[in-house]
Amino acid sequence: MMNPLFWLQAISLAFSQIWANKSRAFLTALGIIVGVASTTAVIAALTGLKAKVLDEFESVGASKFFVFPDRPDNAPRNMYPWEKILIKTAEVEAIRDECTLVKAVTPITEVGLDVESGDKRIEGITISGIWPEWHDVQNRFVQEGRPFSSIDVESERQVCLINADAIVELDLPSNPVGVAILIGGRRFMIVGVVETTQARFFGMNTSSAEIFIPFSVAEKMQDRNFFMRVEGLFVSPETAVEGEDEVRFVLRRMRGLGPGEPQTFQVAAIDKFIEQFKALAAGITAIAGGIVGISLLVGGIGIMNIMLVSVSERTREIGLRKAVGATPMAILLQFLLEAVTLCLVGGFVGIAFGRLAAFGLTKIPGAQLDQADIPFWAVALSFVFSAVTGVVFGMFPAIKASRLDPIEALRHE
Amino acid sequence: MLRQGRRMGDERPGPAVNPAARVVEPLPLIDVRALEKIYRVGVETIHALRGLDLTIGRNEMVAIMGSSGSGKSTLMNMLGCLDRPTSGVYLLNGRDVSRMGAKELAQVRNEEIGFVFQSFELLPRQTALENVELPLIYAQGGWRGRRQRALAALDRVGLADRVHHRPNQLSGGQRQRVAIARAILNRPSILLADEPTGNLDSATTIEILALFRQIHTEGQTVIIVTHEDEVAAHCQRVVRLRDGRVLSDVPVAEDIAGRHLDMIAARGTAS
Repeated sequence: MMNPLFWLQAISLAFSQIWANKSRAFLTALGIIVGVASTTAVIAALTGLKAKVLDEFESVGASKFFVFPDRPDNAPRNMYPWEKILIKTAEVEAIRDECTLVKAVTPITEVGLDVESGDKRIEGITISGIWPEWHDVQNRFVQEGRPFSSIDVESERQVCLINADAIVELDLPSNPVGVAILIGGRRFMIVGVVETTQARFFGMNTSSAEIFIPFSVAEKMQDRNFFMRVEGLFVSPETAVEGEDEVRFVLRRMRGLGPGEPQTFQVAAIDKFIEQFKALAAGITAIAGGIVGISLLVGGIGIMNIMLVSVSERTREIGLRKAVGATPMAILLQFLLEAVTLCLVGGFVGIAFGRLAAFGLTKIPGAQLDQADIPFWAVALSFVFSAVTGVVFGMFPAIKASRLDPIEALRHE
Repeated sequence: MLRQGRRMGDERPGPAVNPAARVVEPLPLIDVRALEKIYRVGVETIHALRGLDLTIGRNEMVAIMGSSGSGKSTLMNMLGCLDRPTSGVYLLNGRDVSRMGAKELAQVRNEEIGFVFQSFELLPRQTALENVELPLIYAQGGWRGRRQRALAALDRVGLADRVHHRPNQLSGGQRQRVAIARAILNRPSILLADEPTGNLDSATTIEILALFRQIHTEGQTVIIVTHEDEVAAHCQRVVRLRDGRVLSDVPVAEDIAGRHLDMIAARGTAS
């Protein structure tokens, strides 16, 4: 409908208008710039966090499950005291012996003790008591020496496994198998060195030195009612649902829970956590989207304001354009295009700043955001939102310009 | 007078219009009948035009004069298709433009009318060439070869060496030449000038009026709205308005403006 020359000049005019009023255009577009920049940065951080977490879940294994005590909802506190619902060793043994869909299961109990080797001493290090099945469950095996065996647990041997960081911290020889160290004042022989995997969930262990002892030995070092985690592996991720039911059945029977009685524990497969985390990330992304909506609204009002100023400043120009044959539609399109261009330039600058912020996030040490990146959809969406803002808020000034009477406009001072 | 007369006789193509005889052509370029325009300003109604009749033929050069409030600006807006009359008929090239909508009027202005304003109305950040090209942006087609057309128009007004200058790098006379080049670009039916020399000194005024005459000689219909007799003296025919009606409509020699003719002739020979 408009000839190509019209579009060419309208776009070049829009850019020259921005260029001629650089500082004004920048201040006007600031709302859009800040909105787009902050949102893309938040989305970048979320994307990085999500990638990181899913990576960790992935490394943990998709067929993994956890069992932990859980007080039923809405139940009075005194009906289910903590010590009554704690997982017992016998219960874990029942899971190991009776559940056919469970490939491996291990209790893990942690106790903080001082460790000594020669004149080296580390205070309050976390010692984990484990079963031999732990190697399979955690997918961690030994680099040197041997893994734990069932005899270590049954005979309550004073043996331990350590990792490479512990070797360094205790100043032990590079192959410390056969060396004895003092744990909580008792003598333990090092029988193997376990592989160091990447850090567990978000720095849950502050020191990266790890020491493991047989579960039966750790049990003796604990109080009467102590807390243990239970981690296990199902035969395959596909049997996770049936596996959970099986574990639940065994535990309910062990605890003597009749039909209809609430459950005093939880069995959770890893995929459930992944689902929950994904839902959480989607929720935060939606909130970020809401923030961009608000900031674009504020930015859009700025755009509308400046376009009204522009229309009134250029009234004579509008009059002239109409006199030489510009239809109301041509004037409307020109001003609309100018508002959209301003918004798109703002969006572009915003994405550039957002990208810079995302790059900055990856450089924060220990923030676990080294995978922060702005996904393509966020860039596309930012541009679409910016353009829509330009159309919506540029419409009123553009209509005003298109309706100007050419005679009045040419007389305008 | 002599000079002008000779030129008209020798060079003007097409059927000759004898201004003295006031012969109405079968299809005049402009045919205005019983034109009325009533403005409402608050509760007041202003009768700007009260049944005005006017006919202008092809390739005439007409001055429209009148004191302020005589309706000459209103008439110019009507002739330029910037506004619609309250009643009456305006036939431009045989087409009734008095009942057209805003979109159609814009197209008529683009194709049929070339405006020249008192304050030039050039876009300050655009070069002379870009300013001249402006009407082509809104043309329905035929935008190819625009550069050549714009350059040719600038050449016609004697600014071939200033095409890439911006308005603030040009003198007043040069700016008005750019505006004239813009007005004649689409080869309009009417070149409509509103006080074209109102912002110019006397020497430049003479140059610009000479340019109008030259363009007229080349076949262009020219209408100049002015209140200066000296400007009107450059035209062939003078239409005077009062109270929204035609007061007098005579060849320039019979008008008061005619007394400047000798002076113009003298300047013409001197230059």
